[in-house]
Amino acid sequence: MESDVLGTFESALQRVDVRLERTTAANVRGILAEVLEPPAVGVPLPFDGVSLPEAVETEPTPDELEAATTGITAVEFAVADYGSVAIRSSPTGEEPVSVYADVHAAVVAASDVLPDMEAAFERLGTDARGGADTVLATGPSATADMGALVTGAHGPKAVHAVVIEDR
Amino acid sequence: MSSDSREAKATRIRHLLRTEGDAVERNTRTFNRGRYDAVAELEAYEEYRNRAREIKERAIENLPELIDEVAAAVEENGGTVYLADDAADANRYVREVVADADAETVVKSKSMTTEELEVNDALEADGIDVWETDLGEFVLQVADETPSHIVAPAIHKSREGIAELFRERFDPDERLETAEDLTMFARGFLGERIREADVGVTGANFVTADSGSIALVTSEGNARKTVTATDTQIAVAGVEKIVPTVEDLHPFVELIGKSGTGQDVTAYVSLLTPPVDAPSLDRDPVAPLSSESADERDFHLVLVDNGRTAMREDDQLRETLYCIRCSACANSCANFQSVGGHAFGGETYSGGIATGWETGVHGYDSAAEFNDLCTGCTRCVNACPVKIDIPWINNVVRDRLNRGGDDGRFEFVYDELVPDEEPGGIDLQKRLFGNYETLAKLGSATAPVSNWVGELGPVRALLERAAGVDERRSLPEFHRETLRDWFSARGPSVSRADADREVVLYPDAYTNYVDVDRGKAAVRVLEALNVHVRIPAVGESGRAPLSQGMIDTADERASRVYAALAEHVDAGRDVVVIEPSDLAMFQREYEKLLPERSFERLRDGSYEILEYVYGCLENGADPSALRRPERPVAYHAHCQQRTLGLERYTTTVFRELGADVLESDVECCGMAGSFGYKTQYYDLSMDVGDRLREQFTSPAARDRLVVASGTSCEEQLGALLERDAAHPVEVLDPARRNRTDR
Ligand code: SF4
Repeated sequence: MESDVLGTFESALQRVDVRLERTTAANVRGILAEVLEPPAVGVPLPFDGVSLPEAVETEPTPDELEAATTGITAVEFAVADYGSVAIRSSPTGEEPVSVYADVHAAVVAASDVLPDMEAAFERLGTDARGGADTVLATGPSATADMGALVTGAHGPKAVHAVVIEDR
Repeated sequence: MSSDSREAKATRIRHLLRTEGDAVERNTRTFNRGRYDAVAELEAYEEYRNRAREIKERAIENLPELIDEVAAAVEENGGTVYLADDAADANRYVREVVADADAETVVKSKSMTTEELEVNDALEADGIDVWETDLGEFVLQVADETPSHIVAPAIHKSREGIAELFRERFDPDERLETAEDLTMFARGFLGERIREADVGVTGANFVTADSGSIALVTSEGNARKTVTATDTQIAVAGVEKIVPTVEDLHPFVELIGKSGTGQDVTAYVSLLTPPVDAPSLDRDPVAPLSSESADERDFHLVLVDNGRTAMREDDQLRETLYCIRCSACANSCANFQSVGGHAFGGETYSGGIATGWETGVHGYDSAAEFNDLCTGCTRCVNACPVKIDIPWINNVVRDRLNRGGDDGRFEFVYDELVPDEEPGGIDLQKRLFGNYETLAKLGSATAPVSNWVGELGPVRALLERAAGVDERRSLPEFHRETLRDWFSARGPSVSRADADREVVLYPDAYTNYVDVDRGKAAVRVLEALNVHVRIPAVGESGRAPLSQGMIDTADERASRVYAALAEHVDAGRDVVVIEPSDLAMFQREYEKLLPERSFERLRDGSYEILEYVYGCLENGADPSALRRPERPVAYHAHCQQRTLGLERYTTTVFRELGADVLESDVECCGMAGSFGYKTQYYDLSMDVGDRLREQFTSPAARDRLVVASGTSCEEQLGALLERDAAHPVEVLDPARRNRTDR
């Protein structure tokens, strides 16, 4: 069942031009090291046995944030049928790290990939009533206001998703 | 309307067609195609629409309680709620918050509500720098123009125009040419404005009462930065944006992107429960972000009434408040595609639903200018994710404007010719077209004299000057012998006793007095399928007066039609209608004009002619009794027929008879009843028609037999192409068996 959901997630991500890496906790660091283009900023990942590559600045200043090429954050959950990731806007800084850098690498546990929007909104209901701020992000930021479709309007030009299958 | 003001209007429309038309057409049609594709893939589309509608109905019903609930929830979260009565009140509050924050610069993400209030002007009067961060809004701010579309405000601007604008205004070091160049330049420029800003202003697409959250639906990411970078956030939202719970957002998130730009979902849907928890960027640029800074954020929700409570109490305008501002009604509108929102908007809102919004928030005057541009084609009805009957709102406002009008100078001439139930003061042009039936009767009784009088130069010139009937249009030719006369003399050729079924053929005014041949063909086609036909004395459906906003007259016509048909319906006879716009009256608008049971009986007992032919064939009638089209067909369905989902019967019948059918996908032919006859709209009507002309003169369609279901579509196709169009029943008419298609 879960693999079906991941399959759906993968094809939805393809439609919005997002590359997906499926991996195990032990390999996340290596994968991220390959994906990232320096300078990189990030928020510590909340998964057991998973850490960020050395080169990632985890306490960025606003200037460093602005200059970053890659921003790495975990996400609360993902929505398989749309290829969306739910970015929590918490005091730790996932929101600025994911929106300022040119590339956002989003790390999610396979068990947090929800099948559809219906399930996402059930979860969002509980979270929002508890005071949480969440951004459902689908693909890179985009605009057609300048006469043609351009990605990276104000937010990232590209998004990577990393699913940790054993979490 | 005087001939001078008609001329002024025509000039303005020509100007917009020339300057903004192409860009608007390209973009809206792309959105529209995207919508068709996106909703075709969504199995649950109708179910989501029903849920969305139901949530909105409930929310507006319980609005006062929901406002209290939101206020309590936001305050519980540590924010402040202000309920503003009107624009001045809202602006005063926003200015106070900005002053309290000692702000010099304010950044904004896109919000039509702040456009409605003119918040920027209010802040700028206090010496505050205000920057729009949505790229479309930014372009307009730099160009000092107003939005022409509710979702893509700068839709009327071309890439070249924006490049030129940036060159003049910013004199950039490098030449900005591509859309990418322009976007990156604006991103950089606005990035600095965001960094130095003290207050961030956003709108809210939705507000949830249970949690005190706001939902922002965006693609660029500017709203995310606007909120994150600044310590003080102000969200400005109309009170109608409130829904009861977070879970209620689900159907809207499924629908809004697909309905608007045709995207499955917009890049970002932010569900914020402010003050937000992100660390602030509004501090030392070289000190690490600190989680403590999240605690010092300030949030103000400004809930704006500005006429909405009165709209809620108005039975006809209330539906406007269900609108989620997705823009589907504008994109699906053929006239909007040609001229865009600067012709189609009032002080703030543009497009289909703008009449409702402008009437509610700015008053009737603001809606008057563009209300006429709605032809009632109904293509927006199926597009609207919350199922608002937008054309009806336009009719209602037109009716109210008629009552407030004072342009009755020609009344004395026309009181005799066009008596109606409406109060005086309705403009002559509207009365002329609204009373088409009376004219047709008179024209037929005096034909052929009436026809050549109508074609005489001086008469046409007078008609144009006094009533705005464009001289370039050919007028309908009235027949001395009406369809009913012909049928009474001839009698039915299939007796009741021998027939498989019994039909009442509705003699609409056009078929009865003008296109009598099409009526005769319909009789022969039905009889060939072994149907007993009757043509009773039934008057005009009310479509003509309704289209001019004469609702009382339409109401009275509806009652007469129902009275004349009720016994037939009760006797189990099927009502068959040739003219799609009249069938649409029976199936849609009569819901507003007749008692519920009467409406339902007529709706359930009436059929479009080809729908009926299809049904007969499905039930075993012999198709060889009909004439087979001998040439491939290019078919243009009537827009109202498509809204009702009936066009497929015509194509299916043709195909079953072995014809090769190519169907046009153009939303509307541009003629739209009387619209194309009006001098002030002639150019617009032809511009819209151009899309159909292009399609039907393409190599794939060039040599086909042109077939159209609607009277005015036939008229328009005749003007656009060098070929005449035929109604489907004429093509199938067994009496034409030995004649070749034109
Ligand atoms: S009226 Fe309907 S289609 Fe038009 S903007 Fe509002 S919600 Fe969208």
